[in-house]
Amino acid sequence: MLGYAFRRVLSAIPIALIAVTVCFFILRLAPGGPFDGERALPPTVLANLRAHYNLDQPLVVQYFIYVWRLIQGDLGPSMVIDGFDVADLIRIGFPFTLTMALCAFVIATSIGILAGILAAVNQNKWPDYVLVLIVMIGVVIPNFLNAALLQLLFGVHLGWLPAGGWVSGSIAHLVLPVTVLAWPHAARISRLMRGSMIEVLGSNYVRTARAKGLGERLVLARHAIKPALLPVVSYLGPGLSYLLTGSLAVEQIFGLPGIGKYFVTAALNRDYGIVLGTTILYMFIILALNLIVDLVYAWLDPKVRYR
Amino acid sequence: MIFTKAFKAIATAGAMALMMSTAASAVTLQLHNGGDPGTLDPHKASGDWENRVIGDYIEGLLTENAKAEAIPGQAESWDISEDGTVYTFHLRDGIQWSDGEPVTAGDFVFAFQRLFNPATAADYAYLQFPIKNSEKINSGEITDFNELGVKAIDDKTLEITLEAPTPFFLDALTHYTAYPVPQHLVEKLGDDWTKVENIVGNGPYLIKEWLPGSYVRSEKNPDYYDAANVQIDEVFYHVLEDQAAALNRYRAGEFDILTDFPADQYQWLQDNMPGQAHVVPFLGVYYYVMNQEEGQVLSDIRIREALSTTVVRDVIGPDILGTGELPAYGWVPPGTNNYVDTPYHPAWADTPYEERVEHAKELMTEAGYGPDNPLTLQLRYNTNDNHQRIAVAIAAMWEPIGVKVELFNAETAVHYDALRAGDFQVGRAGWLLDYNDPSNTLDLLKTGVSQDGTMNWGNNYGRYSNAEYDELMKKASTELDLVARGKLLADAEKIAMDEFAAIPIYWYVSKDVVSPKISGFEENAKNIFRTRWLSKAE
Repeated sequence: MLGYAFRRVLSAIPIALIAVTVCFFILRLAPGGPFDGERALPPTVLANLRAHYNLDQPLVVQYFIYVWRLIQGDLGPSMVIDGFDVADLIRIGFPFTLTMALCAFVIATSIGILAGILAAVNQNKWPDYVLVLIVMIGVVIPNFLNAALLQLLFGVHLGWLPAGGWVSGSIAHLVLPVTVLAWPHAARISRLMRGSMIEVLGSNYVRTARAKGLGERLVLARHAIKPALLPVVSYLGPGLSYLLTGSLAVEQIFGLPGIGKYFVTAALNRDYGIVLGTTILYMFIILALNLIVDLVYAWLDPKVRYR
Repeated sequence: MIFTKAFKAIATAGAMALMMSTAASAVTLQLHNGGDPGTLDPHKASGDWENRVIGDYIEGLLTENAKAEAIPGQAESWDISEDGTVYTFHLRDGIQWSDGEPVTAGDFVFAFQRLFNPATAADYAYLQFPIKNSEKINSGEITDFNELGVKAIDDKTLEITLEAPTPFFLDALTHYTAYPVPQHLVEKLGDDWTKVENIVGNGPYLIKEWLPGSYVRSEKNPDYYDAANVQIDEVFYHVLEDQAAALNRYRAGEFDILTDFPADQYQWLQDNMPGQAHVVPFLGVYYYVMNQEEGQVLSDIRIREALSTTVVRDVIGPDILGTGELPAYGWVPPGTNNYVDTPYHPAWADTPYEERVEHAKELMTEAGYGPDNPLTLQLRYNTNDNHQRIAVAIAAMWEPIGVKVELFNAETAVHYDALRAGDFQVGRAGWLLDYNDPSNTLDLLKTGVSQDGTMNWGNNYGRYSNAEYDELMKKASTELDLVARGKLLADAEKIAMDEFAAIPIYWYVSKDVVSPKISGFEENAKNIFRTRWLSKAE
């Protein structure tokens, strides 16, 4: 298993290189550049800016400059936010995005799994319907609307929670954003869990367990939950990366200092450095998560063995 | 026993601390600032959200009063030579950077040299091009920075020489491109001087914290010369581009001032928070540019006339946008300084819409288009709800004259790239004045200049060109008498507008919401309100 993990880590290097290359050239094929704003810059100024960021070099030369710096761990400067390197922005924003995503992840996963089990056990009874309803709200209402509604309810009308902003160390400021972020995630997990649980509960080995006289609790705890978790686990990896990258709307509406928005706005601004930097970061996260999920899978399902 | 004593001591200390903290409670302004600042360096800034932060921590020779009129800043007074080309500024006594170094005339010389240095790549350097040799230095034609028309006579006296007399020059000096920078620090640290741990200022506030995506925080500068009259102790400039969320946070009491709000909430605000929304004419024009390059359909003046006269401008502000923007028929926004009293107003603007449509139909027929041969035009705009609503409305207004419109939207960078490349027929654009003078918008319609064999049209996307217009603009640039200059500029405006050089649609408005707790907020056409003039009642 260790050897397998090691080979997977090694194989990430060529994947990373391919991703960087593809991303670099696709970005440059898009029309417009980082300095195309509402106003035309005087040609001399534009030339100065382009020279400053090496954009006046042939594309291939720029590519090799970028990769060379990247190998040395330098993600380069941001072209749109002056005074911050891409690495600075990630250093400031990523811990925040990560905290928020992990909070949402833990909450959503536990709530989702519990709700899924509860719904499956009470299939087609009222707890099932209530849970389905709550879950559907999370899936159907887009998060920017959800955020605005929660802001209005808890921030404006009830006044229980701050409607936005960030004060270092304040948990109250995290409640609404994490709720908005976690809700659809919890919804998806509970749907998956409910479906797979119902399937497992109808399977032969559960019937055998019940037939040999095991109590329903023991049947659930010892025989049903673990196999029913498999589809949920395979969703958790992509799910977490979705939480990490999908925080754009939440960050923008609540005015939070994460990096989710760079991922999107930088692409619109043609801030090449940030787009590449965040893409590389997310790529490594996704590769790592996939690896972890595969390893957890092996632990959960004895049929799966990696060499 | 010991416990009770200790408890009493702690309780007393706690109560005292509480009392002290309420007595000394700092007044904090929570300002909704919109975009995330791209920089804190005055030479690199370009947005009004950057201006709000930078203008509070650095002060130029002149600064703005509560109404955004130019008043003495770091310079206490100045003399202007007879011919209007040499300005001598006398700096205040005792002004200093927040690290204790004095602010000297040398800092200003250094700042202007840095602004025009091609290596700085300052976006807005051109705003100070009235200064002698600045443009040549910026383009690399002159490499000796000492030839720049900015000289320190001594530590307290600064002399600025202009290319030609420029009536709006003092106003231009309030702009952040004319701010000083701390020479001692910039020489040592380079561009890193604006990092929060290094930054110093000479303005009423000092930057203390910058959390990209969330806020910038500044505190009152105790060494500022007018500190005694500065009321607010601390300012948060909050990043929040989502206008609806900003309004929610204002309603929750988290913001004291909003610098923008969703236009469709204007009525709600007037009904529920009367007197708090401030919609004020702002110096800027929203317009459609028409590609007049040779061979393009819109090089035909008849079609341009038909298009422009059938845009019903009166409904756009009140009905389509909901914030009551005033209709624009000319090119120079009302309220612009140094201009004639009667704005350009074409006769057709007062004729009924039906009549205009009939006339436009005739023009279209003359140009060879009609019901059997409709004209199809592509209308480009940058992706935005308001731009889209206007484009849809205008497409409907052009339908009766037999013009079919294909709408095409793209993100901002792509949109302007296409306009600049001349790759469009009709395109949406807007211009906010950089300084309060008619030349700032009229320059947009000057013929491009030839550079290395290709034409550089700058911001004249439509490639409008008229020799007479160019001649009048040239004359105006050297005319000393402000009234005569205003007249020349008005003549130029008339020529361009009579030829339908573009389709002005409405004059911009600024949209602020100000809490009743805030006093000192004065509406003005520049929409600049420096924190220094505000106060807040708890």
